[in-house]
Amino acid sequence: MKELAEAALNAAQVKGASYADVRLDEHVTQDIIVKNGQLAAVSDDASEGFGVRVIVDGAWGFAGSARLDNAEVEQVVDRAIRIARASARVRLAPVDLGPAVTSRGHYRTPLERDPFAVPLSEKVDLLLRADAAMGSVKGVTIREGSMEFIRQTKLFASTEGALVEQELFESGAGIEATATSPDEVQNRSYPNSFGRHQGAGGYEYITALELDRHGGRIAEEAVALLTALQCPSGVKTLILGASQTALQIHESCGHPTELDRVFGMEAAYAGTSFMTPEKLNHLQYGSPQVTITADALTPTGLGTFGWDDEGVPAQRSFLIKNGLFVGYLTSRETASVLGQQSNGTMRADGWNRIPLIRMTNVNLEPGDSSLEKMIAETKDGVYMETNRSWSIDDKRLNFQFGTQLAYEIVDGKRGRLLKNATYAGITPEFWNSCDAVAGRSEWKVWGLANCGKGQPPQVAHVAHGAAPARFQHVKVGILK
Amino acid sequence: MEVARLTAEGELKQFMIGLLERSPAEQTEVMVTEWDSALTRFANNGIHQNVAERNVSVRVRVVKDGKTGVASINQLNEAAAADVLKRAVAIAELQPRSEVVPLPGPAPARPVEAWSDATAAATPEERADFVQTICAKAGQAGLKAFGAYSTSAGQFAIANSLGVLHHQRSTQGTVNSVVMGDAGSGYADRGAIDVRELDKNELATEVIDKAQRNQNAQPVEPGVYEVVLEEYAVAEMLEFMSFMGFGALAVQEERSFMKLGEKITGDQVSIWDDGLDRSGIPASFDFEGVPKQRVDLITRGVASGLVYDMQTATRAGRQSTGHGLPAPNTEGPFAVNLFMQPGTAAKADLMSDIKRGIWVTRFWYVRVVHPKASIITGMTREGTFLIENGKITRPVKDLRFTQSILEGFQGTLALSRSTKLQVSEYLGASRVPAVRLKAFDFTS
Repeated sequence: MKELAEAALNAAQVKGASYADVRLDEHVTQDIIVKNGQLAAVSDDASEGFGVRVIVDGAWGFAGSARLDNAEVEQVVDRAIRIARASARVRLAPVDLGPAVTSRGHYRTPLERDPFAVPLSEKVDLLLRADAAMGSVKGVTIREGSMEFIRQTKLFASTEGALVEQELFESGAGIEATATSPDEVQNRSYPNSFGRHQGAGGYEYITALELDRHGGRIAEEAVALLTALQCPSGVKTLILGASQTALQIHESCGHPTELDRVFGMEAAYAGTSFMTPEKLNHLQYGSPQVTITADALTPTGLGTFGWDDEGVPAQRSFLIKNGLFVGYLTSRETASVLGQQSNGTMRADGWNRIPLIRMTNVNLEPGDSSLEKMIAETKDGVYMETNRSWSIDDKRLNFQFGTQLAYEIVDGKRGRLLKNATYAGITPEFWNSCDAVAGRSEWKVWGLANCGKGQPPQVAHVAHGAAPARFQHVKVGILK
Repeated sequence: MEVARLTAEGELKQFMIGLLERSPAEQTEVMVTEWDSALTRFANNGIHQNVAERNVSVRVRVVKDGKTGVASINQLNEAAAADVLKRAVAIAELQPRSEVVPLPGPAPARPVEAWSDATAAATPEERADFVQTICAKAGQAGLKAFGAYSTSAGQFAIANSLGVLHHQRSTQGTVNSVVMGDAGSGYADRGAIDVRELDKNELATEVIDKAQRNQNAQPVEPGVYEVVLEEYAVAEMLEFMSFMGFGALAVQEERSFMKLGEKITGDQVSIWDDGLDRSGIPASFDFEGVPKQRVDLITRGVASGLVYDMQTATRAGRQSTGHGLPAPNTEGPFAVNLFMQPGTAAKADLMSDIKRGIWVTRFWYVRVVHPKASIITGMTREGTFLIENGKITRPVKDLRFTQSILEGFQGTLALSRSTKLQVSEYLGASRVPAVRLKAFDFTS
């Protein structure tokens, strides 16, 4: 691996690159799906290759290939150089990466039990037990459980002298029960929606979820939702469960603080941002209860690593401090435009893609309330948990989210079950209406393994530390 | 040739047959996808990202003692073949018996022409020239251009131990652009098998014109409006219909909006899937090696058919229509070559007698709210206008909609006679007209 990296960097310099980096990456993924009492799918996917990023004439070029031999290295470097020269024909200001990055070292995800060493039978057995628990409830139409394990070995080296090697592990699992009637489809899932709850760690992460213990409960909730009351329309106090708070952070703080997006680099696809540079240190993004950090050091976070894909060390920084917008997620190139240094958020989803600014672990810091206290203090509200649908505009302002489950809150008590719950708002108005966040004991790191961005599309694995949170005067029940 | 470095067809087939011959399983399937692609991305009137990739996927499915295992690798050599086969067999051997998805037997697939030498040979300089034209024209108009231009060449082959052996080459060029002014933006995109069909001047004219007309948008009250939806928005609605309900599994699992034999939209709506039609992005067989068939999905408003893969067809006691996804697949079959019957109106005339309505260029961030009622939500983006007395009078700020697709199409008043090919961001493509709908619910 190191020899190929060295060959690529040498070739790039000889052929005229003022800067080059190379990433060699091997990705192994195991997926297991159990559906309706049957093992529906097991797959074991492997991908390896290398990508070379160069700056020539002040412009970027990148090429990658799955072939790992010296002849291919020459071809790929030639291609990256030619592409960079073509870029230079239509470039703006020359790329400025700021101070050199010379990181060196090795990082491995802390884990107790290598998930790839756990017998398949043990994994399948756990999913089948959870499936049986769901199946014991009458009225469930579809039962599904899944696990995913990832091992990524990667090497990054640059012409500035950086050389870092990382071995990253992820483990994830989840179950879902679906109940149907002629007019309704209702899902309940655990611990999160869209397949899995995923974290950086080993098989101990799966064991701790106790999937089989929750199967019966979510199945009963799915069936109950079929005949539940439709979420009423109105302006109410809204209390979000922790996983929905995580999604809210992701869409309305994580994405808009990506500095490449602010500079228009994602404008034609993922959109731009309302959090433009003149608002830095001026915009009251949220109430004083709202402090949001980007923390690549958070244990079990999917955005936890040793170095980003530019070799910048993992670190923690503030995005929102007591409600005030104070920082962006940055790359070397975008940070230098603001006269800053990168806070290490550049990541690619494989050897064949260039790194983009991606959320690491963007966390809402815990407050001093509790879910129980928030409910007790609420006269007329709705509690919502587990995301079902999510949509936000291209500047990250106008959002509408739906959840799998909701309860009415009347005079400080949890009331009836509500179905098809939705809420909507405008980002800064919404976060400024936040008047309580639960404390550390209810704070949890939620893995989100389906964050799309970039062209060609890339799927990032990111995380959000979050606890239940309360918001005042929110429009709920958009679906009549 | 700059882009396309692909393995020779004979060599590829030899690799696949060799892998089948050495498999110890009762049944084996090998699927190879190889691609060589490039993408030039631009922002603020300049190229800021420019990438290329050469990659391959070898996917092996084995059935052994009534158990299935799947493994993949992205190398095309003897060692890789041995490794991927070993892993697939090991997975099969380690698991309990379960329902086996049957492999199809051999059947002739109608060849389709999906290849262009011009696309395969596209260079970074050609992409830069294309981008430069858009950026220069936008700059001259005092605007900024953003977007991406991609070209790719690839091949897809599938073989199994029952005698299936299919191979197809294809190319694709796609370009999209957002052009922004200080107070508004426009959007346009194009997709084709042959990049020579992508007209940079025509694209630039459309997107710049849209951006210029969309400056200084003012809000309108949310509510139910008559609408004209351009092809960009219509194609997205069809994609979501495919996702929520055109596949047989969705019906078998009782989560689809499709009620076969019942009237579910207006009379003017006919939608079908045809992987063999070259005016789409054609393919002659699916990811299980089954030849593609045309399937009528909605015919003059009546739910008339579903797409099937091997598993759902077997459950229903019928033949696959050639809409399977790669194994292992728990998502069911997908309609990925969608067409909507055009009408007779000129596109500009769709608004001719609308008293007060909204013209929508495209949607953004669309998500399912209620699958059985086909309700989706999303925002309008880059070209939303107020129609008054048959004419566009002013741009309006983007609106959120929360709308049942079927209810929207129940009020179909007219369709344009022209259609546009929309290449999907994920898989496949749709060819659709622009439509005029009686009622569309904008919620904020």
